[in-house]
Amino acid sequence: MNNQSLWSDAYRRLINNKAAVISACILAILILAAIFAPFLASHSYAYQNLELGATPPSSEYFLGTDTLGRDLLSRILYGARVSLLVGFVATAVALVIGVTWGIVAGYFGGRVDSVMMRIVDILYGLPFIIFIILLMVIFGRNIWLLFMAIGAVEWLTMARIVRGQVINIKNQEYVMAAQAMGVPNIRLFRKHIFPNILGPIAVYATLTIPQVMLLEAFLSFLGLGVQPPMSSWGTLIRYGVESMEEFSWLLIYPALTFTITLFALNFFGDGLRDALDPKTSED
Amino acid sequence: MLVIFFRRLLIAIPVILIVTSITFFLIRMAPGGPFDAEKTLPDQVIKNLNEVYNLDAPVLVQYKDYMFNLLQGDFGPSFRYPGRSVTEMIFTGFPVTLELAFYAIIVAIIIGISAGVLAAVKRNTLFDYIPMTVAMIGICMPTFLLGPLLVLYFGIYLEALPVSGWDSLPGDKILPSVTLGAAYAAYIARLSRGGMLETLNQDYIRTARAKGLSEFRVVFGHAMRGGLIPVISFLGPAAAGLIGGSFVVETIFQIPGLGRFYVEAAFNRDYTMILGTTIFFSVLIIIFNLLSDLALLLANPQSRGNNQ
Repeated sequence: MNNQSLWSDAYRRLINNKAAVISACILAILILAAIFAPFLASHSYAYQNLELGATPPSSEYFLGTDTLGRDLLSRILYGARVSLLVGFVATAVALVIGVTWGIVAGYFGGRVDSVMMRIVDILYGLPFIIFIILLMVIFGRNIWLLFMAIGAVEWLTMARIVRGQVINIKNQEYVMAAQAMGVPNIRLFRKHIFPNILGPIAVYATLTIPQVMLLEAFLSFLGLGVQPPMSSWGTLIRYGVESMEEFSWLLIYPALTFTITLFALNFFGDGLRDALDPKTSED
Repeated sequence: MLVIFFRRLLIAIPVILIVTSITFFLIRMAPGGPFDAEKTLPDQVIKNLNEVYNLDAPVLVQYKDYMFNLLQGDFGPSFRYPGRSVTEMIFTGFPVTLELAFYAIIVAIIIGISAGVLAAVKRNTLFDYIPMTVAMIGICMPTFLLGPLLVLYFGIYLEALPVSGWDSLPGDKILPSVTLGAAYAAYIARLSRGGMLETLNQDYIRTARAKGLSEFRVVFGHAMRGGLIPVISFLGPAAAGLIGGSFVVETIFQIPGLGRFYVEAAFNRDYTMILGTTIFFSVLIIIFNLLSDLALLLANPQSRGNNQ
């Protein structure tokens, strides 16, 4: 009962937040467009029409074609699949590692906690971007490796947040009371601790997705991410930059799509935080 | 306080050792040798090459030799550029990257702190909303997009600034520095606004106001010291981000810095170069984090007591 009112409260607050609702709509449209890309794209994303070359937006090709005569709209739609997939899968990887790490550290406390958090501190200080590049170089430019590598980097903050929350809740009087009454650990955890850390996890996961997408785009921009003929938004931006002087639309449309998506994700995440955790939303 | 610092320092040493070792063995795990890229070389040539680069020794011996040379600042020869040592390449590239990063941080601190403090002091007015919206855009806009867009506008459309190079044309340092600094300016603006808002609500600020200090002295003399602590703690991790950013900026603007060397080495599979730069960057980051910890201890007396 209590839980439900918390979530319905949060839902009400979220619905009243215009920026968050608009962002959610944009994201929903994008996700649907990515899923139904084969039906929406009027041209193949890989078909090269070299005679056509780069053409500006027209009624035949809504967003124009690239230097190899490929339909830009189709490439953006298929790129959305890769970019969003990276965003969700890598965030899921980060979520699993980070939440488990944080719960174990926070729940057991003491020496376990200090060792685990020291490790997080140390990892936090390392230039991970370099290690991701290193992994991509050594093991080849494999998209699943990319997911794993990015996910393995982004879990650190999640672990810290979850740990803090677990410790906070564990020290509340009602949890101590439950413990004193002899409620078994598992039940204590499931009933009292887990529901209370769901909020921050949801918020932080939403805010991790744009970070991950940025990282993927960064790697693709350097030429170390997704390989052609597959396209992610990062690769599209890379090619757009190469030819921006003559064919500016090749940069502008992928860049716009990418920026709008990041905006929507950030605003939605902020809205979610305001809704779930009104206290910390001050800054 | 110094004790805390030395404890951090003591932890840093094994961390550097571990990072170095992991990188070394990762590189050795890479499939294929460094010389079987383009065309197959005669066996004798490969044998000689392996001998020159000490690749025929057992891995552990190679490891021992590498670590021993590393202690003397010798990162070994480059695989791709015969006759050039990795140390030499690091020391030609690094000053350029350092200079770029320095300008970027200066840009970020000046713009970020003034925007953040202004927004906090003029809370809920246009002076708050406009800088904070711009900051949000700055955070969402990745470096690899901002750079080309600035080039397109200032370099190609206005023809006001050079679009590439470093130290060759007047003003060619402006666009790279701004590009690299922009995202940090945005973060710093948000952090300093948050920190200032919190500090401005404290009792000692009320006391300062009550004893009749001017608003200027209240903000700059009293509130800023506490309000900017989040910014200081951000600068350490920011250094790590700057390195990633410098890869992009140096690639876009064709700057001969260490970041571009690294990306090139990654493409060319120049393993010794990758190994050397990775170690170099890691040590750098660890030192930066130590320095920002130290700065934090100096700025915030509270963290001296309870921070183990």
